[in-house]
Amino acid sequence: MSDTHKTLLRGAKVLGGEPRDVLIEGERIASVGTGIDAGDATVIDATGQILLPGLVDLHTHLREPGREDSETVHTGTRAAAAGGYTAVHAMANTFPVADTAGVVEQVWRLGKESGYCDVQPVGAVTVGLEGKKLAELGAMNDSAAGVRVFSDDGKCVDDAVIMRRALEYVKAFDGVIAQHAQEPRLTEGAQMNEGVVSAELGLGGWPAVAEESIIARDVLLAAHVGSRVHICHLSTAGSVEIVRWAKSKGWNVTAEVTPHHLLLTDELVRSYNPVYKVNPPLRTEADVMALREALADGTIDCVATDHAPHPHEDKDCEWGAAAMGMVGLETALSVVQHTMVDTGLLDWAGVADRMSHRPSAIGRLAGHGRPIAPGEPANLTLLDSAYRGVVNPAGFASRSRNTPYEGRELPGRVTYTFLRGRATVVDGKLA
Amino acid sequence: MKRHLISAADLTRDDAVLILDTAEELARIADRPIKKLPTLRGRTVVNLFFEDSTRTRISFEAAAKRLSADVINFSAKGSSVSKGESLKDTALTLEAMGADAVVIRHHDSGAPHRLATSGWIGGSVVNAGDGTHEHPTQALLDAFTMRRHLTSGTGQDLAGRRITIVGDVLHSRVARSNVHLLSTLGAEVTLVAPPTLVPFGVESWPCEVSYDLDAVVGKSDAVMMLRVQRERMHAAFFPTEREYARRYGLDGDRMARMPEHAIVMHPGPMNRGMEITAEVADSDRCTAVEQVANGVSIRMAVLYLLLGGNEPAVAASRTATEESK
Amino acid sequence: MDARTTDAARSVLEAPDIARVLTRIAHEIVERAKGADDVVLLGIPTRGVHLARRLATRLEEITGRAPGQVPVGSLDITMYRDDLRLRPARALARTDIPGDGIDGRLVVLVDDVLFSGRTIRAALDALGDIGRPRAVQLAVLVDRGHRELPIRADYVGKNLPTSLRETVKVQLTEEDGRDSVLLGVRGTAPADGQ
Repeated sequence: MSDTHKTLLRGAKVLGGEPRDVLIEGERIASVGTGIDAGDATVIDATGQILLPGLVDLHTHLREPGREDSETVHTGTRAAAAGGYTAVHAMANTFPVADTAGVVEQVWRLGKESGYCDVQPVGAVTVGLEGKKLAELGAMNDSAAGVRVFSDDGKCVDDAVIMRRALEYVKAFDGVIAQHAQEPRLTEGAQMNEGVVSAELGLGGWPAVAEESIIARDVLLAAHVGSRVHICHLSTAGSVEIVRWAKSKGWNVTAEVTPHHLLLTDELVRSYNPVYKVNPPLRTEADVMALREALADGTIDCVATDHAPHPHEDKDCEWGAAAMGMVGLETALSVVQHTMVDTGLLDWAGVADRMSHRPSAIGRLAGHGRPIAPGEPANLTLLDSAYRGVVNPAGFASRSRNTPYEGRELPGRVTYTFLRGRATVVDGKLA
Repeated sequence: MKRHLISAADLTRDDAVLILDTAEELARIADRPIKKLPTLRGRTVVNLFFEDSTRTRISFEAAAKRLSADVINFSAKGSSVSKGESLKDTALTLEAMGADAVVIRHHDSGAPHRLATSGWIGGSVVNAGDGTHEHPTQALLDAFTMRRHLTSGTGQDLAGRRITIVGDVLHSRVARSNVHLLSTLGAEVTLVAPPTLVPFGVESWPCEVSYDLDAVVGKSDAVMMLRVQRERMHAAFFPTEREYARRYGLDGDRMARMPEHAIVMHPGPMNRGMEITAEVADSDRCTAVEQVANGVSIRMAVLYLLLGGNEPAVAASRTATEESK
Repeated sequence: MDARTTDAARSVLEAPDIARVLTRIAHEIVERAKGADDVVLLGIPTRGVHLARRLATRLEEITGRAPGQVPVGSLDITMYRDDLRLRPARALARTDIPGDGIDGRLVVLVDDVLFSGRTIRAALDALGDIGRPRAVQLAVLVDRGHRELPIRADYVGKNLPTSLRETVKVQLTEEDGRDSVLLGVRGTAPADGQ
């Protein structure tokens, strides 16, 4: 494919607005308007479809290195492209842990080679995710991967002093600590949200306060030291309140919510089907509603998938033995349409903001989350929002199938994804 | 009845009374010279125990054997299971053996439910205790024991009887199953425990909760003492054994304040000196030994009603059909 | 029992007939058992139990024994049936063996209708698990034929030739509020009537 290849999207509703033609030339958007002359461009009839900036995920587990049986950078980025993503942040809890410049560069390089979507490695905050000793944050930032987001995700940086130091240290290179908020002592043996359902099912309770107490501490710490803190996968109404309060103070706090926490509740755990086992756990209907509202009003900045692939055998077992996590890249946009757009809580411009602009801004990611305008990098996602389909994991590009949506009807289908002008998805299929 | 017995909540009032009535008839077999019935000849019952529980396993084994079923005991300890074989692979093995029923004891809450709903096996699944979830046959034998002492017996439920369950409710599958079953049978259940050992979310349960044993013993028809593991102390659920025993243990003084007809129950094994004093445990008001004996009858009834026909018993059909002669 | 069968049914024995044949059977038992000193009557639930009790009363009258002196009990045969797997698991009825047991005694099994003989086969198996009687005899109110096993009754209230399409329903005051034997035609209900 030459650099001057041209593609014309005919009649796309840019951010859900009036139909426009969008001409892509090489890696960039050449023009946006009506009645654009196709010339020698490949023409795609986008009538009625929604054009969004390429989606950006702040929270993806690509599993490589170490757990290539569940996902690789290659399969994970294909799944991302299929879901409309043009950039993902690869979490650090790999084997070995991404806590050195060497590992993050390896992941970064694998992403480049894959070519389906940009891979921005996340570095571990502490060595081995053990919460004891700071990892070489500066070296990871200086590396080719240019890491700016650091997280021990999967584990909480529970030591208040370590957390404070990390928050302070990354100021030197405009980094951000993405906290997995889970007070470890309060969640020993925890299996699901602590509440009416856990009491009945006899599964160890995971209290909301275990998340909220860490968030409360960390927003106060971030304010105290004047740093940026990002809260991963907010899951409770109480967490929303704390973030809202912190933002009202003008503190530099951002937060994400996963698609599954926008839709699913702990009632599903009554099936004891481990496909619903996830960290943080599915919460109550009241929490779901609070999270939707917070995403709509901007208290929660963005949607992040927490795409967590697991091999079949890690879910095809009893609840207690099962791994935590769900795949999400290929269903995220559909779930957001279903929970936020079709409910009237968010328009498509809002979706672009929460799934592309803001995550890019939090990750300081260049070239993504940009306006759909001439001269901008052509990272674009075209969505057939009128489509209705039943989720069939057999068709996933991800190596894993642990979706909680199997058999569920969800709206929307990504028809095209463009990464710097090159189609990674064509007519709903990976290029 | 449903095809599986996973939770006491699976049972309707009529199902539960049918099981108790059936057990009542089967209990009479124990007095005969030949304690065996040919009913489940040719059927295979697998006792699949992922957790040590000799008492429960023996009880189910005796029940199945008295009904002439073939019994296979599969203990996960020291077997391929402890070498990493999954529940699924074990289940597929049992299915290949043609198990008509799998009696499963598992350390994980929900494992029997998973086994029953996963499609791995075709037979009935009977929960013999899963994690901190349920132990429905224990609740049935408890209800059976109560019914014998507190009502006129066959055909009766426990309407209006006041049952107090005391101790580590949080970690107790016995308590969960009893709350469901006893309320289904019309009893008024009160849980008594230190607040640390009451599950968060208990407000949805069909029972009352009290932190004061003395306030409820005087109006209880039965007081069921749960086993309290001493290790709980180290997780700060209560300060010392002595304090626990003083506030939540059943001693002679407290027993003396119970109504004259009231019984003391314990699922065993008892921690004498902890939740119950030796004086109470050995008194003739304590039904612990009787409960064990009743366990075999109850498990016979459950196995018979699940496997004794081409499908589980239909509780409402008791008076409706005439049998062929 | 299909209600329609009852409506269309024809009465073949009424209360006085039933009383008369039970008295006759009682006399026959005394005669054949030479005083019936060691007789134990075991009724097969549900109606066989009521018939056994009535027979016991008559035996006491005939032999001049005090009420309650002739041992009478019930024998549930459910767990011994050969057709258990044809239907959902059934509820059990009471088995109640008189205190002195059945060892060395003459057990008279009592049932309302003798049909295929399978119930009696099951009853004989059940008896074997309870003890070793000197002999076992069978008394029935109605023998409707169509035996499927080599079993016959020692005492028969009424031989009633029937077709397989017909149903025989015994009603007893203790259970049904009246005494009668009804002959009907099988309705559209499933073929599980008598």
